[in-house]
Amino acid sequence: MTARIGIESVSHRFGTFAALEHIDLSIEAGRFAVLLGPSGCGKTTLLSILGGFLVPSEGRVTLDGVDVTRQQPAKRATTTMFQDYALFPHMTLADNIGFGPRMRGADRMERHRRADEMLTLVGLEGMQSRKPHELSGGQRQRVALARALAVEPDVLLLDEPLGALDLNLRRQMQDELKAIQRRVGTTFVHVTHDQEEAMAIADEIVVMNAGKVEHAGSPESIYLAPKTLFAAGFMGEANTVFATVVGRDADTLQIDSPLGALSLPMSAATGGAVSAGQRVGLCFRPEHVSVNVSLPANSLPLRTRLADHAFFGTHHRARLVCDDTLEFIAHLPQEATPVSGETINVGILRSAIVVLPVPA
Amino acid sequence: MSALLNRLAPLYAAFIYAFIYLPVGVLVLFSFQGGRFPILPFNGPSLKWYREVLADEDLVEAMINSLFVAVGSSAVAVILGFLAAYGLARYLLPARGLQRALLTAPLTVSYLVIGLGLLMLFNQLGVPRSLLTIGIGHVVLNAPLCFAILYSQMGDHQANAERAARDLGAGEWQLLCLVSVPMLAPSILASYLLSMTFSWDEFIVAFLLSRFDVTLPVEIFSMLRSGLNPKTNAAGSLVFLLTLGAVILAELFIFRRATRRGRA
Repeated sequence: MTARIGIESVSHRFGTFAALEHIDLSIEAGRFAVLLGPSGCGKTTLLSILGGFLVPSEGRVTLDGVDVTRQQPAKRATTTMFQDYALFPHMTLADNIGFGPRMRGADRMERHRRADEMLTLVGLEGMQSRKPHELSGGQRQRVALARALAVEPDVLLLDEPLGALDLNLRRQMQDELKAIQRRVGTTFVHVTHDQEEAMAIADEIVVMNAGKVEHAGSPESIYLAPKTLFAAGFMGEANTVFATVVGRDADTLQIDSPLGALSLPMSAATGGAVSAGQRVGLCFRPEHVSVNVSLPANSLPLRTRLADHAFFGTHHRARLVCDDTLEFIAHLPQEATPVSGETINVGILRSAIVVLPVPA
Repeated sequence: MSALLNRLAPLYAAFIYAFIYLPVGVLVLFSFQGGRFPILPFNGPSLKWYREVLADEDLVEAMINSLFVAVGSSAVAVILGFLAAYGLARYLLPARGLQRALLTAPLTVSYLVIGLGLLMLFNQLGVPRSLLTIGIGHVVLNAPLCFAILYSQMGDHQANAERAARDLGAGEWQLLCLVSVPMLAPSILASYLLSMTFSWDEFIVAFLLSRFDVTLPVEIFSMLRSGLNPKTNAAGSLVFLLTLGAVILAELFIFRRATRRGRA
């Protein structure tokens, strides 16, 4: 079962603190959506509102168009997988998973059948009679997932469920979560502050900051065409050079920047139109800086000094300084042999530069 | 110097334990006395005083009364303590800190004051003194204890499990019966057993609030008025044995819970 989620101008205040401000969001049925943002950005508050644990100060929440804003969690077609799993310690795994069906009047046979099915889904077959304290962290995680899915919710809400796991296990669980979501087809809404995790699992990412949605879209669109400077910086590493728009015509922007005078296509303004005289940030990714002897056409040549560098496996991450004022990060090829202090001629891929307004 | 202190430490510990347990040890020892007086020389062991105790109808009746009061008053105390703890831990109540303080404060009030207060109250209301009034007195003494124990166990862990149960569709009763109470069962049992031991050998309140039907400590006290004899020792030993049993059970439940937590 699955449902489309609608969030219509939702605001929430705790006392005088505005946790969420005018959130408008729509998540299609069967999607794996991730709410991504730093701690305190309001993502967990939004999840609690979706789950029915909080009633927003303003706005509406709909499931398949039906208003559920004031519906109790017990009645709502959502279930939540909690951060600390919140398993029932006194019950066996079968009883934990059968709890939701039991509340819906399923008899013993039906509950056990459901528990077996769910345990198989999460790869814990044969562990029906174990107790939660006999399991490892990763296994408890799976039980929590099985328990939440056992009631066949339309929407599964996941509150930073992978936060407590070590890196390898987290990677593995990310893959499994995604595979399970594909299999059951339920709409998943997952909260995290880890952008790599978001990219690993999401069909759609909602970047949040200070109670607002910065950018909602596919991982590609947020990474390659971010709508705000915050979204650009939070999704992966971005170099930002501050500049001023000095002129515009039908399809180009003239920009005065520390990189020199630039003429960029109007499509580079991914965060919406910018006007002449406006302060903007020019963003480009470290991998869009090339150091080949023959720079590709359409690149912006710069003479830089290598300040320092570190080897990251797939690349060398290098900090480059230009004219002692401009500093940015570039990824040098794996086979490069960078030496600190050396002079490097680099080219910034012009088509990869995006022009984003600087927030007031 | 420190070597000397190290050697003295066990001696010191032995002294402390002797100080605490010698009186009880002497009491139990002389309950097995063969002669007529609970004094040296010890010429036992003999079970004749225990036979006397069990043959004494008043004593046996007092023992049954005590058991009855302990079982009943502890059940009421645990239920009241649980409900108070649950309400205070789960709902945003006005003056929460003050309410919590008011609920635990009776732990610091002397039994004599509580007993006298209840005595005057019952007199005013015209309630005759009986096992019921003793039981009410013991609920007053033990409910704050049960509250304090249970409240301390209703942490985030428990709150999250309850939230998950609600999310999965549990109503209030289902939540209480299937999640909250079973999760707290070890603590509930521990506080029940503890309050039973307190009720079982409580004297002052029982003395003030009883009339014809008395509890065991009150009966032993009246036996003492006719002088010390090994029969009182035997009765006292039985009281001690039951208390000890209950405390050990309570410890086992709390301990088992603590180790399970540690692994969880």
